[in-house]
Amino acid sequence: MDTINREDVRKLLSEICDPEIPVVTIEEIGMLRDVIVRDDVCEVFITPTYTACPAMEIIEKDIKELLYRHGIPHVKVTLVYSPAWTTEWINDAAKEKLRAYGIAPPLHTSCHNWLAPGTEEMECPRCGSKDTALVSRFGSTACKALYSCNTCKEPFEHFKCH
Amino acid sequence: MTRQDALFNYVLKLGDQSLVYGHRMSEWCSKAPMLEEDLALTNIALDYIGRARAFLSYAAELEGKSRSEDDLAYKRGEREFYNNLMVELPIGDFAFTMARQFLLSSYEYFLFTGLAQSKDEKLAAIANKVIKEVRYHWTHSRDWLMRLGLGTSVSHEKLQRAIDELWIYTDELFETGPEDQLLKSAGIVFNMDEIKTVWTELVHSILKEIDITIPETTFSQTGSRLGIHTEHLGHLLAEMQYLVRAYPEARW
Repeated sequence: MDTINREDVRKLLSEICDPEIPVVTIEEIGMLRDVIVRDDVCEVFITPTYTACPAMEIIEKDIKELLYRHGIPHVKVTLVYSPAWTTEWINDAAKEKLRAYGIAPPLHTSCHNWLAPGTEEMECPRCGSKDTALVSRFGSTACKALYSCNTCKEPFEHFKCH
Repeated sequence: MTRQDALFNYVLKLGDQSLVYGHRMSEWCSKAPMLEEDLALTNIALDYIGRARAFLSYAAELEGKSRSEDDLAYKRGEREFYNNLMVELPIGDFAFTMARQFLLSSYEYFLFTGLAQSKDEKLAAIANKVIKEVRYHWTHSRDWLMRLGLGTSVSHEKLQRAIDELWIYTDELFETGPEDQLLKSAGIVFNMDEIKTVWTELVHSILKEIDITIPETTFSQTGSRLGIHTEHLGHLLAEMQYLVRAYPEARW
């Protein structure tokens, strides 16, 4: 087999979706950190969103399977904690995809005052109303909270600032 | 004791603290007073289990004796666990759970803010990661303390009782031993007296706001540094470790 090109691997991996939010990829969300190729071994560095993110094992399996299918059998997936993952790494295009999927995207971390929670203005991803209310600070996954819209009456999830 | 041994002990203690408390909190699953709280308490439990994995796998690496994070979690007896007594106490009622969460999160906030500056890179990386989760837990428990403390006479009374019960276990959070001195001089850990000062200030100010009295007792219950625990830890470990010990090769 030819030598593995780092950029080609990154490009392949950029197609892997987040198992819990399949409209964004692990690259867009900032979980894919780096790829290093040494001889015929390809090491992929990923970082968890939350320390107990249950998607990590699925993502590791997805990475190995995808690269195996493209003729790269020796893959090592390494978990890194530093720098700590932040929602600041999610770009505007990905935030738009989240909104279209029905998840209110994270605001900028700097806007988030953890000492005064619930003071952020949350926009309903369905009707755009800012008249919304926090229902539950914890949601279906570690990275989301539950809100409801007072205008269109629909419940919606918010990807928490982190 | 070498610095490597001291660091192993320190990281193991952090792992034990997260594992035992995470397991304790998971007992709320399907039993919380409302659905939103069921989600909250189990999400918090999950954060602690994630944290336990990070610390225990690092401890296993530091020890270098080919024990895995699972070996450390499932194959040690209670005298070999070093978590603080406070985290192993039964979940009690909702007021007790929230009061304990608040005391712990306040402590963890200052502890991990310090450790984020540690000269040990890996410890600093995990601390930096964990601190964001700690803030979220803190906010959640602080809000509940406000509701319970300023709510009805019953909720106030239950919260006061919880603080009264928990208070004798708070001093132990700040206890240090000779190996901590070794790590402190190497810039790996920081002065616990300073952490205790800011913790005391924060906790007192919030409790004062909601008219909760801090018990005047000077007695504090300790023992975890020597692996001496309350009667509750053994029962918790028996449940947590049963399957692995009964069926050592079990896979699913």
